[in-house]
Amino acid sequence: MKIVTVRRISQIFFFVLFVWFCIVSTVGEKFWQIRAWPVNWFLQLDPLVAIGTILTTHTLYMPLLWALATVILTIVFGRFFCGWVCPFGSIHHFVGFLGNRRIKTAEKIRLNRYRKAQRVKYFILIVFLFMAAFPSIDATLQVGLLDPISLVSRSFNLLLLPIVDKSINFISVSARFYEGAWLILAVFFVAILLNFVIPRFYCRFICPLGALFAILGRFAIWRIGKNKSECINCKLCEQSCEGGCEPAGKIRISECVLCFNCRQDCPYDIISYQNKSSLDGEITNPDISRRGFVLSLVGGIVAVPAIRLSGKLAGNWYHGIIRPPGALPEEEFLKRCIKCGQCMRICPTNVIQPGGIDGGLENLWTPVLNNRIGSSGCQLNCVACGQVCPTSAIRPITLDEKKGVGEFAEVGPIKLGTAFIDRNRCLPWAMDKPCIVCEENCPVSPKAIYTQEIFETIREGILTISKVSGNVIEVQETIMPERFASGDYYCVLDGQRRKIKANTEDAIEISFDEDIEKIPAAGTKIEVQVRLQRPYIDIEKCIGCGVCEHECPVSGKKAIRVSAEGETRNSDRKLLLKS
Amino acid sequence: MTESNDKKIQRRQFLARVGKAGVSIAAAGFITCKLYDKQGPKAGVDIGSLVTLPDFSVPDKPGQVISIVKGASRVKAVNKAIELLGGIKRFINEGEAVAIKPNVAFASPPMLGATANPELVAEVVRLCYKAGARQVIVTDNPINDPSSCFKLSGIGKAASNAGAEVILPRPNLFKHTMLTRGKLIKNWPIFYGPFARADKLIGIAPIKHHHRAGASMSMKNWYGLLGGRRNIFHQDINTIIAELAMMVKPTLVILDATQVMMTNGPTGGSVKDLRWANTMIASCDMLAADAYGCTLLDLKVSDLPYLIKAQNAGAGTTDYESLKPIFATVS
Repeated sequence: MKIVTVRRISQIFFFVLFVWFCIVSTVGEKFWQIRAWPVNWFLQLDPLVAIGTILTTHTLYMPLLWALATVILTIVFGRFFCGWVCPFGSIHHFVGFLGNRRIKTAEKIRLNRYRKAQRVKYFILIVFLFMAAFPSIDATLQVGLLDPISLVSRSFNLLLLPIVDKSINFISVSARFYEGAWLILAVFFVAILLNFVIPRFYCRFICPLGALFAILGRFAIWRIGKNKSECINCKLCEQSCEGGCEPAGKIRISECVLCFNCRQDCPYDIISYQNKSSLDGEITNPDISRRGFVLSLVGGIVAVPAIRLSGKLAGNWYHGIIRPPGALPEEEFLKRCIKCGQCMRICPTNVIQPGGIDGGLENLWTPVLNNRIGSSGCQLNCVACGQVCPTSAIRPITLDEKKGVGEFAEVGPIKLGTAFIDRNRCLPWAMDKPCIVCEENCPVSPKAIYTQEIFETIREGILTISKVSGNVIEVQETIMPERFASGDYYCVLDGQRRKIKANTEDAIEISFDEDIEKIPAAGTKIEVQVRLQRPYIDIEKCIGCGVCEHECPVSGKKAIRVSAEGETRNSDRKLLLKS
Repeated sequence: MTESNDKKIQRRQFLARVGKAGVSIAAAGFITCKLYDKQGPKAGVDIGSLVTLPDFSVPDKPGQVISIVKGASRVKAVNKAIELLGGIKRFINEGEAVAIKPNVAFASPPMLGATANPELVAEVVRLCYKAGARQVIVTDNPINDPSSCFKLSGIGKAASNAGAEVILPRPNLFKHTMLTRGKLIKNWPIFYGPFARADKLIGIAPIKHHHRAGASMSMKNWYGLLGGRRNIFHQDINTIIAELAMMVKPTLVILDATQVMMTNGPTGGSVKDLRWANTMIASCDMLAADAYGCTLLDLKVSDLPYLIKAQNAGAGTTDYESLKPIFATVS
């Protein structure tokens, strides 16, 4: 079998595997649901994730050990990951092939030549790494913005899958939503469309992971090169060169993605994968100028304090950033989150959403709870998000820890925030209508929402008796039939409050429970009252799960809303004096 | 320098061109006539045709309307309770499709009693198959995330292990309905799909305290049939529950009071909220079942206005004594 065929099989295999992992990132027990599928495997293989978190946290989170294998293989073989494994790379490879297959060979050669701008990816890498490198100043992990594995995971899980599943509802019972997905879509499709300008545009010019592999692969033991001197410099080897590494001349090892097209295309079999250097010489070092390096280094170091001038990690923190249960304190969280979207994908209720920039630039695409989206806030008996988080930005907590029971009884439950009732919008508070859906759905025991019973005299609720017979009070005013018949209305007569059973246009029938002792005279006034249960929050008990907010029937701007005050992960955001 | 085009058009070419132009104009005209809309859009949205839930009830057998069985084993108790009403064959005929509607409202484990008991649901599924049912469907439209509710409550697994088809509330299964004598259920979407396929309907509900409605029992269980923004009905909870009792005519309801949720309902959340009452009620009249259920929650029938409303609407009787309930005890 030809080596390029093997390479294509490898690309297809890993791409299909990647898509499969996206599909099975669904809570459930069927074979196509999560079970024990290693859905984070591609993210774990990604050394940019590993090195990024090492820089910010000075530790290597256990599952990321896989990255060591990629690093070792790259040091030995070069950028095999780009050409053989990376699912995003394979998409570019395929689209680039489709877009340029009809053009003339000379044009292809021109298209696939090396360009100076290919150094930009190194600058991107350096900026990201130096943003992460000095936790003592300020460090943030932003590699996920452009890391190809994070990017492709996010794009597949939060865009393509929901779009495909929308009409068939196979993966999810009801449609999934992701707020601000348009931006993820824009980035993904621009990256794809750029292949029509230059094949593998993203890989050549932008990809920080590719840049990292280029640096790691500079001492590769085997590399592509010419093995005979018969080269007539026809440049046919460059017509399908995926990396733009110029194998016809002095090959640029750091740009070579091991696609083996040059070996395939050379009519004289001059090119091979060998441990010798290419006969015409090679350039192993990435083409980074000293000036470029220093500028991006300084840029990276300065960027974080500059971003944080917004005060979003200080007093100006944004109350709308409600993180999933188990999320680390904000500063630590930002040192680990790679914006891959795995938590948003796995969340069975769809409440975890990609964040916007309201909470600062660093918040973009990090997980934030939006209780208006999804099937029911953060479910009490669920810890799925922490289980899939590849970097432990959301810790893999147990149900006991989340609920504060068992060995965690002392610490208490994890609070995501606190619910606040908007008394200007709440039906029983603002409109004297019975409701308390929030109380009913509060999953905490005893409930964090409690009610106080109150009787409010309704508008035009003072009526004049014309006659009383038995339990029927005839009144002089005209009332809407059945208006007080819901079981929530009462009539105050003689200082006594009695439940109204029914009413006609001019009479009210009251409950038989207590007979009217003294028949009142005609002209006596009675008051019609509505019984209300007005909700209150017990801040000590509220865990900020947002089920109340999700269920609140005031469906536009909810009458009960969770905000992040009181979240347990950040001790400086607590609300109450007590611990 | 100008060039004059002295190439004359051929007759044949000209005719072809005229022909094509004619066909294009005709097509444009045809489409215009076909789609011409003189009125413009009307107010409101088109909700498609209205559906009505079938009547699933079986003929009355006086003296065999309601049975109340004491015993700690749900499986034994439900078998006995159904046997006392004349056996499962009275309700299910050979070859019928049966829909079972347990309360699966919350994503909460079975031990907390916020949802129907999975073993009980499984046993009723088995009984239906024993009676020769062609197919048994277990379905609900929960409050919390549907998949999670069926998973965590244990009902999904128990039901499918017993051979039932578990149907989750997918959007295409909802249709609008109209309750003729209703005030609230007017052009309202209900979870219709699974019930349209069924010949018989069995409701299975636990007895739970409910802060707004007073109690959640077999009548409140039908809340799960409502789609749309059903939360707004809480403004008039008694009327909506009474209307549900008018809309749904089940074959049988099973009210499980083995454990009763006394406080913190309807979600519960702690075993401390539960009290053992060791009672299983099977009834063809859900009002009677719920009226008896009141006694286990230390409530009076008059504490639940929806019972009176439903009774006034002719959905059943709250005077369960008049139906001569059959009492029994299983060990």
